[in-house]
Amino acid sequence: MTSTMDNETITSGENQRDRFYRILPQLLAEDDRLAAVLAEIGASYVDSAAARAVSDRLINVGIREQLLIGVAGGLALTGLRPIAHTFAPFLIERPFEQVKLDLGHQGVGAVLVSAGGSYDWPEGGETHFGYRDVALLDTLQDWTVHVPGHPDEAEALLRTSVRGDGRVYVRLGGDANSRPLAGRDGRMQVLRRGTRGTVIAVGPMADRTVAATEGLDVTVLYAATIRPFDGETLRATLDAPEVVLVEPYLRGTSIAEVTRSLAGIRHRVSGLGIGPAEARRYGTRAEHDVLHGIDEAGLRRQITDFLDAAG
Amino acid sequence: MNAPPRTDYGHEDLLALLTLMTGDEKHEPSATSTLETIWVLYDRILRVDPARVDDPGRDRFLLSKGHGPMAYYAVLAAKGFLTTDQLRGFGGFDSPLGYHPDRTLVPGVEIGSGSLGHGLGLAVGTALGLRATGHDDAAVVVLVGDAELEEGSNLEAIQYAGRARLDRLTTVVIDNSSASLGWPGGIAARFALEGWSTVEVDGRDLDKLEQAFTSAPGDRPHAVIAHVEPKER
Repeated sequence: MTSTMDNETITSGENQRDRFYRILPQLLAEDDRLAAVLAEIGASYVDSAAARAVSDRLINVGIREQLLIGVAGGLALTGLRPIAHTFAPFLIERPFEQVKLDLGHQGVGAVLVSAGGSYDWPEGGETHFGYRDVALLDTLQDWTVHVPGHPDEAEALLRTSVRGDGRVYVRLGGDANSRPLAGRDGRMQVLRRGTRGTVIAVGPMADRTVAATEGLDVTVLYAATIRPFDGETLRATLDAPEVVLVEPYLRGTSIAEVTRSLAGIRHRVSGLGIGPAEARRYGTRAEHDVLHGIDEAGLRRQITDFLDAAG
Repeated sequence: MNAPPRTDYGHEDLLALLTLMTGDEKHEPSATSTLETIWVLYDRILRVDPARVDDPGRDRFLLSKGHGPMAYYAVLAAKGFLTTDQLRGFGGFDSPLGYHPDRTLVPGVEIGSGSLGHGLGLAVGTALGLRATGHDDAAVVVLVGDAELEEGSNLEAIQYAGRARLDRLTTVVIDNSSASLGWPGGIAARFALEGWSTVEVDGRDLDKLEQAFTSAPGDRPHAVIAHVEPKER
């Protein structure tokens, strides 16, 4: 399965994952309807004194990811609100049938919280890359997907998610924007207005997308909640029907959502993000960003080419 | 207006109820392999009631082995959870009763199953949830098949439940020797090694089944291995 992800590769200060571990016992203490399930990952990071106070509802099943989701489903069947956590490939990919059946098919909700983004631990390689997660959840029904771009957004979205009853995925990544940008209502935020097209930056892609589109006369929208997809804001702010998605996971994941949102409008859409081919590279996150063309220069080049092709 | 379901059925009526679904007077042993076990649970063990299907403190029966659920449906009908009319629609487009059960369609059915190896994990979570919500006395019984046990997900749940001493959890394994590779050393040994109490029983003997369920020491999870006729191959 897994080895411990190197925290030193993550930016200084408290990242999204640190924030999650810090507030998890607090969330459980504040609401006795909540229960958290871990599969070893994160267990040693949660403050042990705080964890003891809620030990009935803070459960570590060991390195057993099918059980991680099965237990979450069982907890939900007794009326609790489960939070299940591990790295994205072990949370969504390995126990995917449990996600489908033990939650969705049983008609119960849960909050799945991943860590590690798409390649927060690039030295760990393909086995720990998690960029297929949102696309996989798109094959299921009624999943809300949050992609926070800042630790404060992560906390706010976690707090919103645990209050509800539905099936929610909170995707935590090590990259962060310099400040929180998300609104409180799950709608996309307008970061810039322009006339040649719309660029939608998702979660931690915001800062670099704003920098990459400097002077390009495009609208830049920001989404920290990508499912349900806020097509209303996209339509309401649409000037030229040229849309670029900048997503921190599998490229093209939300193209179908854009197409649905703009049904009846002749439009073009480009999906930028992580390419599907196995890179078989280690190194740094910055090197992988360049490889996939989602560093600032790569984004500017691809967005410019796309807009210029509109004629 | 439908008449209220009858609730005065006995064990001797179950085959007739099965026939409403299968149309067959003669039942293969594999179609009835779970019949006595589920009957004993609903008739003598579980504190469940069609009028209290949402009671948070009710006992839970989780049919993990969702294949061949006719015996389960027959018992549910005998106990008033289903009507005989509903049994007649078995498998139909408008019927709530599929060839694999769906909990969202049938009040009283605790889990939807059919894909093997999901019930034990859900049962562990249910037992943990009942413990955390103060319903410590509610029992959780999950039924699996000896072939179903081949799914690795079961092992994750068996290991964890033993270590966590989930003392209100019972797994009943219907053993009709249908696991292709078999279980050298026996099924019970695998539970025992992980800290479960175990008992082997004739899966057709009502009194012995009752005794197997009630003989749990109560300080750890309990496994009942119910032996029935080998599946014809």
